[in-house]
Amino acid sequence: MNQIRQADFGTPAARGEATVTVTIDGMAIDVPAGTSVMRAASLLDRPIPKLCATDSLQAFGSCRLCLVEIDGVKGTPASCTTPVTDGMVVRTETDRLRKLRRGVMELYISDHPLDCLTCSDNGDCELQDMAGAVGLREVRYGMEGANHFDAESREPVDASNPYFQFDPSKCIVCSRCVHACDEVQGTFALTVEGRGFGSKISAGTFADDFFASECVSCGACVAACPTATLQETAVVEKGVPSRVVETTCAYCGVGCSFQAELRGNDVVRMTPSKSGGANEGHSCVKGRFAFGYATHPDRVLKPMIRERTTDPWREVTWDEAIAHTARRLRELQDTHGRDAIGAVTSSRCTNEEVYVIQKMVRAAFGNNNVDTCARVCHSPTGYGLKTTFGTSAGTQDFKSVEKADVILVIGANPTDGHPVFASRMKRRLREGAKLIVVDPRRIDLVRTPHIEAAHHIPLTPGTNVAVMNAFAHVVVTEGLVDEAFVAERCEDESFARWRDFAALPENAPETLAEAIGVDAGTLRAAARLFARAGNAAIYYGLGVTEHSQGSTMVMAMANLAMATGNIGREGVGVNPLRGQNNVQGSCDMGSFPHELPGYRHVSDTNVRAAFDADWGVTVPDEPGLRIPNMLAESVSGRFRGLLIQGEDLAQSDPNTQHVTNALSQLDFLVVQDLFLNETAAYAHVFLPGTSFLEKDGTFTNAERRLNRVRPVMTEKTGLSEWETIARISDAMGYPMSYASAADIMDEVARLTPTFAGVSHARLDHEGSMQWPVTDAAPTGTPVMHVEGFVRGRGQFMVTRYVPTDERANRRFPLLLTTGRILSQYNVGAQTRRTENVRWHDEDVLEVHPHDAEVRGIRTGQRVSLTSRKGGTTLTAVVTDRVPQGVVYTTFHHPDSGANVVTTEYSDWATNCPEYKVTAVEITPANEPARWQEEWQTTRATRYDIRVPAE
Amino acid sequence: MADTMTEAPPGDTDPAAIAARYHNRPEALIEILLDLQEAAGAITDADLRAIADSLNLTRAEVHGVMSFYHDLRRTPAAPAVVKICRGEACQSLGAERLVVATCEHLGVELGATSDRATVEAVYCLGNCALSPAAMVNGRLMGRATVDEIVTSVDRVSGP
Repeated sequence: MNQIRQADFGTPAARGEATVTVTIDGMAIDVPAGTSVMRAASLLDRPIPKLCATDSLQAFGSCRLCLVEIDGVKGTPASCTTPVTDGMVVRTETDRLRKLRRGVMELYISDHPLDCLTCSDNGDCELQDMAGAVGLREVRYGMEGANHFDAESREPVDASNPYFQFDPSKCIVCSRCVHACDEVQGTFALTVEGRGFGSKISAGTFADDFFASECVSCGACVAACPTATLQETAVVEKGVPSRVVETTCAYCGVGCSFQAELRGNDVVRMTPSKSGGANEGHSCVKGRFAFGYATHPDRVLKPMIRERTTDPWREVTWDEAIAHTARRLRELQDTHGRDAIGAVTSSRCTNEEVYVIQKMVRAAFGNNNVDTCARVCHSPTGYGLKTTFGTSAGTQDFKSVEKADVILVIGANPTDGHPVFASRMKRRLREGAKLIVVDPRRIDLVRTPHIEAAHHIPLTPGTNVAVMNAFAHVVVTEGLVDEAFVAERCEDESFARWRDFAALPENAPETLAEAIGVDAGTLRAAARLFARAGNAAIYYGLGVTEHSQGSTMVMAMANLAMATGNIGREGVGVNPLRGQNNVQGSCDMGSFPHELPGYRHVSDTNVRAAFDADWGVTVPDEPGLRIPNMLAESVSGRFRGLLIQGEDLAQSDPNTQHVTNALSQLDFLVVQDLFLNETAAYAHVFLPGTSFLEKDGTFTNAERRLNRVRPVMTEKTGLSEWETIARISDAMGYPMSYASAADIMDEVARLTPTFAGVSHARLDHEGSMQWPVTDAAPTGTPVMHVEGFVRGRGQFMVTRYVPTDERANRRFPLLLTTGRILSQYNVGAQTRRTENVRWHDEDVLEVHPHDAEVRGIRTGQRVSLTSRKGGTTLTAVVTDRVPQGVVYTTFHHPDSGANVVTTEYSDWATNCPEYKVTAVEITPANEPARWQEEWQTTRATRYDIRVPAE
Repeated sequence: MADTMTEAPPGDTDPAAIAARYHNRPEALIEILLDLQEAAGAITDADLRAIADSLNLTRAEVHGVMSFYHDLRRTPAAPAVVKICRGEACQSLGAERLVVATCEHLGVELGATSDRATVEAVYCLGNCALSPAAMVNGRLMGRATVDEIVTSVDRVSGP
């Protein structure tokens, strides 16, 4: 059996409750009503030959290979499109069927090149397998007739996409790829062109090749293709993979499960796992194809030290780097006090790696100066959902969206940021669910083929809370509160207070319409649609959290969900779309300066006692410094040493010039990363990090799902991150003796009630689990707050709308907001080192036609973008995607300097930066900003590495 | 939705306006394409994109439909469109000779367009009892002859 190929039952599982009994080749089986004959036979291990059917797609019965005989039924129906009925008797192998199938196969093969030995799919080709299965021995028609494969008639291979190629000469036009693009991905980029013998798969019109088409390179068509027609370029170049390691993608918070498929130690391709709970066999261009950064020559593989940041780097041994790091950190504490040092954990790293860092800070540093890059993204989610519901996490699993009737997307761009979840959402929208989009920008979901939002609310950036308050007002004043739900599940007192607040005239849509910039009628209609839905679900992203009222907004959404009874079952909920693969996990693991693992406050004596006893230290009871405090205290001289793992503060944090100034004031900065990133320019020690292909541990995705990350190769650096940190801790006098990453997770489980049932062994056995995994929920918790809220009764919070201090004025009349794009990922450290740059090699500034015209700006022109904090230059794109008064850019390229412009304003509760609102002015520019010129000149010295003589 | 058609002025060649006549309903794609072709003579790549946008379809989907139907044209046909049936019944009564002779008389190859006529093969006009069958600009002819076809073409395109 080919281990590369995942089990395929031919047609999707039926959802019916009732079972029917069918007899196939003399064997009886009970299956859910609606199951196809093909699937039932497959379950009996009697696979029926097939070419067009595959269990990721609804059967469409085009290949005519899967014919069967059924008692009492005339002819030979296709088993893929024939559902079983009770008492049905089926035969899958008879002389008649063999003859028919062989005849069909002969026709296919008469127009297929017989070049199996030199074909890239040799050994992994379903057509080849089926020719064997039906016993094809000859092609009576000969191979000389009209065909699509000989030298004169074949069409050229379309190799325009960097990751896969399309060779029409091998195509059997089964149209699986077209169906996969439609049903699985929801992009509808492919079609069958022409008719009859001239039929051909086409990506768009005659003018399009794959690269120019509407294709988003998710790879669904490539995975579905039964031949070498759509084939990964890497397979063409390297051959069919020979072994498989199941692991988890390290890009966004969807957390897709993948098969890393290898030859030797070379990853040939990443194929999405059908068994993955988050992705169910689907993928996006990043996870599927953009893993080349892991072996990019820019990767630093040896530890490096330098005395001053102006010196060249000096490669050293791990022993020297670790001893040096430990000594310098201790010296700083001896001179400047225990609190003079700290560390930053990464949402890109595993739970185990993050846990060990916070433990080092608390046990070896002896303070709570640990923070995480979630500070700058979803910290308000943690605060807001904990306050209202009692848990710092989203309420649903992704599958829940299949039951939603109304979907409210706020400040998220799922088709770019979380594409695999977006495909699941789009499928539900095509089934008829209604969509409300709250976003200043017209994101693709507002109107994209086969999807159209019922309402788009293009609000003025910074007025999220006003929109939610307007919704709340409509709900409480129009009798749309789910009184029974509130009475049964929520606090009476806080609800009454909230209801009175929401009913105030200040919260009426008519009052708020001007601030929001959207008419009251639209706000009312959208609120009614949401409140009257059977199941209404909220999905949101950083457009909610990265505001001065980020935490307020999270609570406002929680209020709305509770008031309308949309919590605690499938199809509803408040769902943060997490940006990074392990944002949820890194927060769960105690990365915040005020919380121990499991979101328990450091001031809680009982919790501290458990850690004190287990760790043999006294954990300080005062919260430590947050990242913004670390930076501020660095400038003021109190904070002197910092270890940063896997976060590029200098590119990703707001107000770049403030950040780099603070970093340059540190006496000692340690950076652990794959690449010499922007932050490393200010570092004294560089510790090489490992890519996800080398890691052993777990990631926790946005649905609280713990997935295993398994090493497909040994560490290219010689040492894993958790070992590095454990050895620094050892050298500082606090030994950590873990034998493996599994040991670390055992400790997490021992000390954290919500993880009590988690272990690597169980994850290896069960695939994945969603926390809490406890005695009460031994297999995990897909949907939270089912019986009642974790905190007891749901708490309503009064969410007064307070306009941000960052306002447009005469000097800075426009508002800048930011976002991501499909092909690039955050600061781009990974994706910029892959072929993905072919889709996005530059961050551009979107400008509304009116704003562009009055400033004399045209598409393609360089413009200067300035705020009161700083300035940069970008290329303008004039588009009505953004409303008048708003400009928009992405932040994937360091020389774009988007964060040179952003300000130090932040969320009142969590200090999450207000990235999404910056008052700016734009003007045509002739030369780069001064910041950019400096960046270009320092860039050359950044990679100055002195290799020691052997 | 009210099914009344908003009247666009006849001869309007704006694809978005024609799509709007059908309330941008994707299931009206073929009617929209035919109306546009009627008005503009052919459907360009830009038209295809505009229609896809109006109907919220991809251009691949519109292309799939357009490329399926020979009657939907990327380039304009001549004033006279001649279709000659090459189905079995018509072949048995001399359709092939009719094709050759017609092409010769009109000075155009089968499947090609001159400034006077476009000649196309079809594979059934539903008129088998009166084979061979032909059609000029939508007018069906039974027991078709070269003279009759050429006369019809002359009537449209001038002698």
